[in-house]
Amino acid sequence: MLRIEYAYWLIAAFLLYSGWRNLRDGHGWHAAFWTVLGVLFGAGDFVIAQSAAGDALPARVAGVGVIALALIAPRLKRKAHPESSSAEQRLQSAIRLGHRLLVPALLIPLVTLLVALFGAHLVIGVHALFATPQMTLTGLALACVVALFAASRVARVPRHEGLAEGRRLLDAIGWAVLLPLLLAALGQVFTRSGVGAAIAAIATDFLPTGNAAAALLTFALGMVLFTVIMGNAFAAFPVMMAGIGLPLLVREHGAHPAILGSMGMLCGYCGTLLTPMAADYNLVPAALLELRNPYGVIKAQVWSALWIFISTFLVMWVLVFH
Amino acid sequence: MNYWPLLGVAVIVIGFALRFNAVPVVVSAALVSGLLAGLPVPDLLALLGNSFVSQRMLLLFVLTLPAIGLLERAGLREHAQRWMSRLQNMTLARLLIGYLLARQLLATLGLTSVAGAAQTVRPLLAPMGEAAAEKILPGLDQDDREELRAVAAATDNIGRFFGEDVFIALGAVLLIQGFYTQHGIDLSPLAIALWALPTAVAAFAIQSVRIWLYQRRLQRRAVARRADEA
Repeated sequence: MLRIEYAYWLIAAFLLYSGWRNLRDGHGWHAAFWTVLGVLFGAGDFVIAQSAAGDALPARVAGVGVIALALIAPRLKRKAHPESSSAEQRLQSAIRLGHRLLVPALLIPLVTLLVALFGAHLVIGVHALFATPQMTLTGLALACVVALFAASRVARVPRHEGLAEGRRLLDAIGWAVLLPLLLAALGQVFTRSGVGAAIAAIATDFLPTGNAAAALLTFALGMVLFTVIMGNAFAAFPVMMAGIGLPLLVREHGAHPAILGSMGMLCGYCGTLLTPMAADYNLVPAALLELRNPYGVIKAQVWSALWIFISTFLVMWVLVFH
Repeated sequence: MNYWPLLGVAVIVIGFALRFNAVPVVVSAALVSGLLAGLPVPDLLALLGNSFVSQRMLLLFVLTLPAIGLLERAGLREHAQRWMSRLQNMTLARLLIGYLLARQLLATLGLTSVAGAAQTVRPLLAPMGEAAAEKILPGLDQDDREELRAVAAATDNIGRFFGEDVFIALGAVLLIQGFYTQHGIDLSPLAIALWALPTAVAAFAIQSVRIWLYQRRLQRRAVARRADEA
């Protein structure tokens, strides 16, 4: 049965390979960075299992590993590896291979889609082929492997060259790959430290909440601001709902709960478009697309976010108190 | 109420504003907030380690890199560009708006991992967009190319975000429903998801207009340049 854990082991193997290649090339800090990260990925299941069983030691060691990554990260210089093929070679190859090049690239979304749609029905004997948790992501991992095989066939290049190319791209992205995980971890530390509760307390103490429209605006802007701080509308939602949404808007001013919940969440999504804290949507794409400005994607989203927020707020204001 | 953990937020804001390396900034913020909240150091380390490894799915996109790298070496981006420049009726705006619509519809069905910055934007959408922009304004410089790629990534994000909220079995809707159930209000997921539709339509319209305005800006620059040359 294919489980999401196998995908994590694949990632671990790829990271360790990248570390090893960097070591051979004499890039010590890169080697250390990818190796520590690879070990964290490989040992992740063990850490979670031990924590669940009440042994916190592996989790503490993982915490030390995270701090080690933070100390190494500033030493990673973004180095552009020399391109492994010249522009002329790539163009010749593009002309020779034509549309065949698109097939492996399209296999990634296609195989993911097929697993998402039909994965639950695939069985071998009595065993399901895919484990239910995270089935789509398992499908994505499978799709990447299928695409690598297909790509090496189409381009008539050995598969290990794919690993070398992948490592080249990974080095180019550098420490930015870590940010989504770190920010998600930060969100959990914030929650445990009571950051959310403190902000909600300030919001409810000092902001105007007397009339319904002012309270609604406070709620909507609070969702945006809190999402910008936490990087995730899901973290903002329970805090703003418990602070303002439920006691004031629903209970006192009679707001429609489904409209308030749904559109309030969408106000938070506008905040996601604005914040470097949502690294997986905003910073990682900027690194992947080799933008010199790490905030380039956010810059391209500012006006869209503002207009979507305004239109959502107006519709919510019109509908929610009926 | 202990307000000291809020200093962790201050660390983030200052660190990002001064453009320090983000990795140590984020880890310091976590340590500052945790310590000021009075968490013992061993517990804080365990919390950090546990939260980190339980979010491993966020790194899944690196698995696309070997296949994409191999294809790029074999000329995938060059091919996407050549193909785009041959398609007469495919303008930049049609390409990006078409992608936006597809991305949003897929997300509406809960299929968010099908596309993304690593899966589709870098290998396909960005080079095709660059080729479409070259048709309007030949000889794009580096700044123009980066702006175009940023617009492509923004389009991908907006399509995803404002589609996924309409899907009833995905995080957002279930979170909203769960919150209300905890507080004694019962709502069906469908009732919540339906109210995401107005914003889904508005987001599509707004991003489409912005893409169209972006294309018009390129066209005007092309006209101005031709006038200069004439």
